[in-house]
Amino acid sequence: MAISVKYFSHFFGPVQTLKKINLEVRRNEILGIIGPAGSGKSTFLRSLNRLNDLIPGSRVEGTIMINGEDIYAAEVSVVELRRRLGMVFATPVPLPRSIYENVVFGNRMAGIKNKRQLDELVERSLEQAGLWGEVADRLDSSACKLSGGQQQRLCIARILALRPEFILLDEPTSGLDPISTMKIEDSLRRLKEDYTIILVTNNSKQAARVADRTAFFLSGELIEIAPTDKIFTAPSNPKTNDYVSGRFG
Amino acid sequence: MYFNPRVEQKIVRVILCLFTFITVAILVFIMIFILRKGLPVVSWEFLSKNPLDMGKSGGIFSTIIGTIALTFMALLVATPLGVGTAIFLTEYTFESRLTRVIRFGAECLAGIPSIIFGLFGFILFVTKLKFGWSILSGGLTLAFMILPTIIRTSEEAVRAVPGSYRQVSYSLGSTKWQTVTRVVLPSALPGIVTGVILSIGRSIGETAAVIFTAGSALRLPSSLFSSSRTMAVHFYVLAREGISMSKAYGTAAVLVLAILVINLVTYYLMEKFIRRYR
Repeated sequence: MAISVKYFSHFFGPVQTLKKINLEVRRNEILGIIGPAGSGKSTFLRSLNRLNDLIPGSRVEGTIMINGEDIYAAEVSVVELRRRLGMVFATPVPLPRSIYENVVFGNRMAGIKNKRQLDELVERSLEQAGLWGEVADRLDSSACKLSGGQQQRLCIARILALRPEFILLDEPTSGLDPISTMKIEDSLRRLKEDYTIILVTNNSKQAARVADRTAFFLSGELIEIAPTDKIFTAPSNPKTNDYVSGRFG
Repeated sequence: MYFNPRVEQKIVRVILCLFTFITVAILVFIMIFILRKGLPVVSWEFLSKNPLDMGKSGGIFSTIIGTIALTFMALLVATPLGVGTAIFLTEYTFESRLTRVIRFGAECLAGIPSIIFGLFGFILFVTKLKFGWSILSGGLTLAFMILPTIIRTSEEAVRAVPGSYRQVSYSLGSTKWQTVTRVVLPSALPGIVTGVILSIGRSIGETAAVIFTAGSALRLPSSLFSSSRTMAVHFYVLAREGISMSKAYGTAAVLVLAILVINLVTYYLMEKFIRRYR
């Protein structure tokens, strides 16, 4: 198992946001996470790369094991962890720099300076993200001038440059047009071969299109997790059925 | 009173235009007044020669050097202290009673009249620490005077950097210090520089605090421990003692032009470096 989550709970101060989550993520799968707003999907994702640590009052119980290591153990290097799990946010956030500098940002922070190495990384990552053709001739121009869909693919390239093991996506296409959405979903299907992907989405149809297995979260709990077609056609839990058939959400 | 909204719009527009016009007019009036009386006196000799005969003749070269030395010294001390404090308050602490107290202290410091700073500088630097009337004493005193401005503007600039930039930086495996130096500070730079420019403007024109700490020696300063006169002090002495009104205006004109040029150059530089990646 690539990621093993056991009885994992998360708190912001007195408020409990995740309740005893138990799930496993298999290598090279795309795991979709669906659920209504406020169900803890994003909090769960951010617990995996410990981004929640940045918020005062954040507290956890239970364990998350990645490749057999407890990521909340004291000796763990959070900086290293975050390079292994690349995260893409809902709103594309290009840094105010050139396209080239955006892609190599993480690598520069890790100390890589060799120009040839960086050039290779840029080409490879932009290629994998499906953006190389569109920007190859203007790598030095500002990343902020790209369209929304291009910016989001840039964000994907940015994390790919770090050669992560896992890609975490938090509603990555919620602000994008259908064509950009399609391009990104295609990229994910290609990337699955080399990476393990966890995709949080509030668009159930996206999960249905892209995910191998899907997990349904509600009010901080994991209600059900199963192969995608089973979740959408014959879910075991009635709450899952209600959500998936649009009775609420 | 109820006005027809369309009429109301027109009236308000006129009033606001009037206010703006008055504001700009005052500024222009002051500038024209000073430049008209002072520019005729300004010449290359005026700028490059030292004052002679208590300032009745000669130029203002030593005062120009004094002004530059004092301002530079003040910035050298206040900028790292101020920006460092701003970063500490925003990035390294969470909002708590301690940060509120620190901020309150800085705000109080901002309200203290400059002549009190002069007195403080006189007691601490000139007398107790035995620096004497010197550029060192004056520079340090000015530094404390401009510190609150730099802290306040830097803090605002740092806070204005979107939280999403920090999130992205951390999620790509940066440490806190890397995030601060490679992401936050570069984005906050325009705001920080604005605060520094504001402070330069204040330092250059400062008189009371400087008289008590840097003295008013007319000689060209030879070291940090030399006493020195700034242009503002020179203007004050010339005008008050009735030594030479024309030279006083000349000094004032140079001061005003200096501030103008500093502002223009800095904004030009900012445009050039920042616009590229917006």
